[in-house]
Amino acid sequence: MKINVPHVAKLANLTLSDQELKKFESQLQETVDYVEELNEVDTKGVESTSQVTGLENVLREDIAKPSLSQEEALSNAKDTYNGFFKVDAILEDE
Amino acid sequence: MEEFNTKLMKYSPVIGLEVHVELKTNSKMFCSCSADYFGQKPNTHTCPVCLGLPGALPFPNKKAIEWCIMIGMSLNCEIPLFSKFDRKNYFYPDLSKGYQISQYDKPFCINGHITLSSGKKIGVTRVHMEEDTGKLIHENINGKGVSLIDFNRSGVPLVEIVTEPDFETAEDVKEYLQKLQQIVRYLQVSNADMEKGNMRLEPNISLKKPGEKGLPKYKVEVKNINSFSFVGKAIEFELKRQAEILDKGKLPVQETRGFVEKSSSTVSQRVKEEASDYRYFPEPDIPPIRWTKEKINELKKQIPELPNEKAKRLSEEFKIRLTDAIIATDDISLANSFEETLKLGQKHNLDSQKLANFIINRKINLLEELPAKIVENFIKANVNTDLSDNELNKIIEQVIKDNTKAVEDYKKGKETVIMFLVGQVMRQFKQKIDANKVKASLLAKLK
Amino acid sequence: MNNLNLKQAKEALKNKKISSYELTKLCLETIEKTDKKLNAFVTVTNELALKSAKNADNSIKNGVELPLLGIPIAIKDNFSAKNVRTTASSKVLDDYISPFDSTVVKKLKDAGAVILGKTNMDAWAHGSSTETSDYGPTRNPWNTNYLPGGSSGGSAASVAANQCIAAIGSETAGSIRQPASWCGVVGLKPTYGRVSRYGVVAMGSSLDSPGPITKTVEDSAQILNVLAGVDEMDATTSPLPVRNYTHELNKSIQGLKIGISDEYFIKGIDKEVEEKVKQAIKKLELLGAKIEKIKLFDPKYAIDVYTIIQRSEVSSNLARYDGIRFGNDRSSFAEEAKRRIMFGTYALSSGYYDQYYNKAQQVRTLIIEDFNKAFKKVDVIIAPTSPSLALPVGATKGESMFGELADVLVEPSSIAGLAGINIPVGFAKNDLPVGMQIIGPQFSESLVLNVANQYEINTQDEKWRNLTPSL
Repeated sequence: MKINVPHVAKLANLTLSDQELKKFESQLQETVDYVEELNEVDTKGVESTSQVTGLENVLREDIAKPSLSQEEALSNAKDTYNGFFKVDAILEDE
Repeated sequence: MEEFNTKLMKYSPVIGLEVHVELKTNSKMFCSCSADYFGQKPNTHTCPVCLGLPGALPFPNKKAIEWCIMIGMSLNCEIPLFSKFDRKNYFYPDLSKGYQISQYDKPFCINGHITLSSGKKIGVTRVHMEEDTGKLIHENINGKGVSLIDFNRSGVPLVEIVTEPDFETAEDVKEYLQKLQQIVRYLQVSNADMEKGNMRLEPNISLKKPGEKGLPKYKVEVKNINSFSFVGKAIEFELKRQAEILDKGKLPVQETRGFVEKSSSTVSQRVKEEASDYRYFPEPDIPPIRWTKEKINELKKQIPELPNEKAKRLSEEFKIRLTDAIIATDDISLANSFEETLKLGQKHNLDSQKLANFIINRKINLLEELPAKIVENFIKANVNTDLSDNELNKIIEQVIKDNTKAVEDYKKGKETVIMFLVGQVMRQFKQKIDANKVKASLLAKLK
Repeated sequence: MNNLNLKQAKEALKNKKISSYELTKLCLETIEKTDKKLNAFVTVTNELALKSAKNADNSIKNGVELPLLGIPIAIKDNFSAKNVRTTASSKVLDDYISPFDSTVVKKLKDAGAVILGKTNMDAWAHGSSTETSDYGPTRNPWNTNYLPGGSSGGSAASVAANQCIAAIGSETAGSIRQPASWCGVVGLKPTYGRVSRYGVVAMGSSLDSPGPITKTVEDSAQILNVLAGVDEMDATTSPLPVRNYTHELNKSIQGLKIGISDEYFIKGIDKEVEEKVKQAIKKLELLGAKIEKIKLFDPKYAIDVYTIIQRSEVSSNLARYDGIRFGNDRSSFAEEAKRRIMFGTYALSSGYYDQYYNKAQQVRTLIIEDFNKAFKKVDVIIAPTSPSLALPVGATKGESMFGELADVLVEPSSIAGLAGINIPVGFAKNDLPVGMQIIGPQFSESLVLNVANQYEINTQDEKWRNLTPSL
C-alpha cells in the first residue's frame, strides 16, 4: 500500500519540499518494507511491553514549589509581548 | 415556536456530554508549579515541565489521581484495578509538548451513571485524568492580529467526564450538569465555576429519525459554552437547525460548532482539512497505576455524604420537607451549617421545620451567621414567623371594618391615624409582633 | 597531565601535584589544539570551567572531599546545563540556553566536577556516526578520516583524545557503547532507570540511559557512583539502593558463567573484530570464567523493534519543537530528524498502531523473556559491540537506516533495558580500535564492571595499551 506522505507530513507538522516528499516516499517505503520482517515472529497472545522497569504507582505528593520567573520562562522565546509568548494570529474559528 | 415543536416531534434528540472539571490541587498534574493560576501574571506559574522544555519529564500528582477516582466513585463508576496514561499527539500553540498526557484505553473510572429527579439514568461512559493546556488570547497589536500565550494553566489537572448519548432534552442536560457540579463541589475537589473555566462542557447533539435504529449517522459537537443557561440555548438552536436540514431530506454535517452568545446560535468552526489523528500511545515517562481493593475502599471512605443522601437523611432525621432539605443541601458548606443549626434547634426544643422555613425564607446567610446566632434570632422572631400573612390580613380587614372613622380620616390625609390603626391590629395578638410589618400591610390594604 | 585517567587525576589533585585550575587549563588547551581536527565539542565553556576549577581548588585547600572535586569532564550536548547553550547538535536549538540543570549535570556539579563544555553528537542522538550533527561530523582521534561512531561520538572522541578526564554520554541503543568501541574507550550503559533522564533531550523515552564514557573501567564505576539513583524528577528511575560500584571491581571471576551466542557473530562481521573479541573471551576463560554457548533471539529482529519504537517515540518527543517558547521552528530540522519523525508518525497513525507499534512492543516482550531465560543459565553475555571497525567519514550518506543497522548488536539489550559496557580489546591492523561488550541483567552494573575490570587489569601489559592517538 502506498504511503500518503503529504498526509503524514501534515500530522507531523512538517513542511516538506516536493523533493523531500519524493525522497521520503521512497525511504519510508524502504523502512516499512524492512520492518515487515517482524511478521515472521509469532506474537499471538504475547503481552506488549511499553516500559521495562516494572515500576508502578510512582506518584508525587501534592506540594507546590516555586516556578521559574516570568523572565526565565520567556528568556528563550523569539517573540514576546507583555509577559506573553506571541505568535501570528491563529485562524480563529468563525 | 409551535412549528419548531411539531417539527421536533418527528425526531428524537440524541445528546451526549463531555465535561472537563479542573481540580483545585495545590500543584499541577505533572509538575510542582502552583495550580492556582487564576488572575496571576502571565507565565509566572511555569517550569521546564509545563513549558515543555527539552528534557523535562512529567511526575504525576497523587492527590489529583485520587480525586479523579473519587469523582468516578461518586458517579457510581467501576474503578478498574489497572490504569495508565497515554500521549495524545496534536499540534496547537497552547499545547507546550506537542502532546497532551491523557488516558486512552485504560481510564481510571468506567461505567457509571447519574440519576435525574425524573428517575432517568444518564450513563457515564468514563471518567479520566488529563492535563490542561495554556491559554490563548487573541489581540490586535499595531493593526496586526496576534495570539498571545500564557502557560500558567498548562498542566493544571483536568478530569474529563464523558456520558452516553442518553439525554433527550436540554432540561435533562442542565439538571445533569447541576448535579455534577454539586457533587464535585461536595467532594471539594474543584470550584467548578463555569465563568472561570473550572468547568467546561461540550455537548454532542444529533437527531434520530422515526424508526431509526442505533445512533444517528452524524453528530455535532458544540464548544464555547460557558454558562449553564447557554447549554439550553445551544441545544435548542442545534435541534431546530438539524431538524430543518433533516426535513429537507439532507443529513447534517458531522462537525464542531461554536456557540455564539450574542445571537444564541451556533456557527460552524472551520472543518479541518484532515481528520484529526491523535496517534495515542502509552506514555513512556509515567509508570502505570495499579490499585488494590484495599486502596479503593480507603478512597471510598473519604467520599463525604453526597447531596442526594444528605437531603434524604436531613429530611428523615429532622422531619423536614424533602424539598426544603434539597434546597438547603444545594451547597456543601451551607448544608453543613444548616444541619448544625437544626441540631442546635433540637436542643432548644424548637420545631425543625419552622426553623428550616425561617432559614430558607429569610435567606439567612449560613456562611456568615453562626448557628447559635441564627437560633437566637429565630427564638426572638419566632412569633413573627408564626404570623402568617393570611392571619394578619384577616385581622387587618376586621380592624378596617371596625374603625371606619379612622380609615376615612386617613384617606382624607390625616396620616398620623395610621399608628392608631397599627395599635388596633396589634392588640388583637397576644404576643408581640413586628409593628413595621403590620404598618406595611395596613398601608398596602388602604391604597 | 591531561592524559591522566580519573583515578590518577584525583590522586594528583589530592597530592597537590597539580591544581584543578592547571588541569582544566591543560584540557582546554588540548581542546583548542585538537578540536579543529576532531570537532568533538559544540560549545566549550572556557570561563565557566576555569571559574569552577578555581572554586574546586579552594575547596580542596579547605579539605573538602567530593568524589569528582576539580575533575574536568565533558558533557554530551543533549544534557541541559543551566545558563549554557544546549543544542543536541541541532540548529533547531542553535540559540537555546537552558534555564535548568539536568539531574546528571546537577549531580556532577554537586560532586565537584568541572564542566568543560558540551560535546558533539548526532543531531537529537539520531545516529551511530556523529555525522548527522548540524555542526559537522566529529572525527575519530585514531584516524581523522574515520568516524567516531555515535551518537555520543563527541564524548567518546574527546576521552580518547585526552581533551578531558572523562565524559558523559547517553544511549538509546548503542549511543554509548558503539562510539566507545570505535574510539577505543570504556562506555557504560547503565540499566534503564538507574540514571535519571531528567533534562536529557528525549529521544526514545522508554530506552534512553545516560552513562559515563571513560579511560578505564574503574573510572566508569566512580562516575556511576555519582550519577546512579532515584530522582524525584524522573518517575522511571528505580528506587533500588545504589551499590558502591567500585567495591566489587577486583572480585575474582573464577567460576563466572559467560554466555556466547552465535547469533551475535553475525554474517558480514569484520573478521578482525571477531578475532579480537574471541581472544578476549579466551583471556577471561584463562582467568577462570566458564564459557557457555547459548542461543539468543536473533538480533536482526531487534533492528525492527528498535526502529519502530524509537522512531514512534521520537515523532512525539520532537513535537515540542515549534519555535514558540524556545529555539527555531520546525523548518530547522535536518533530514535525519524529519525522516524519523515521518516514519514514527506513520507507524502510530490510525490503522497502523497494531501492525507496527504494538507488534514491536510484543516482540520486545519476547526479547526480554529470551534474556531472562539466558540469565538463568549464565551470569553475563559477551559479544562484539559493533560488527565493524570505525567506518570512514561519509559512510552514512544515502543510508536511510544507518543508525539502526549499525547498532544491531547493542539493540536487543537496550530494548530490554539491561546493563552493558564496552571495553577496548585491541586494535585492528589499520590501527582502529576494537570493542567488546559485556551484557548483564537489569541492575547488574557491579557484576558487569567487575568482569570488565578483570579483563582490563589483566591485559595492562599488552602492547596495544600503550598506543595513544597522534593528533
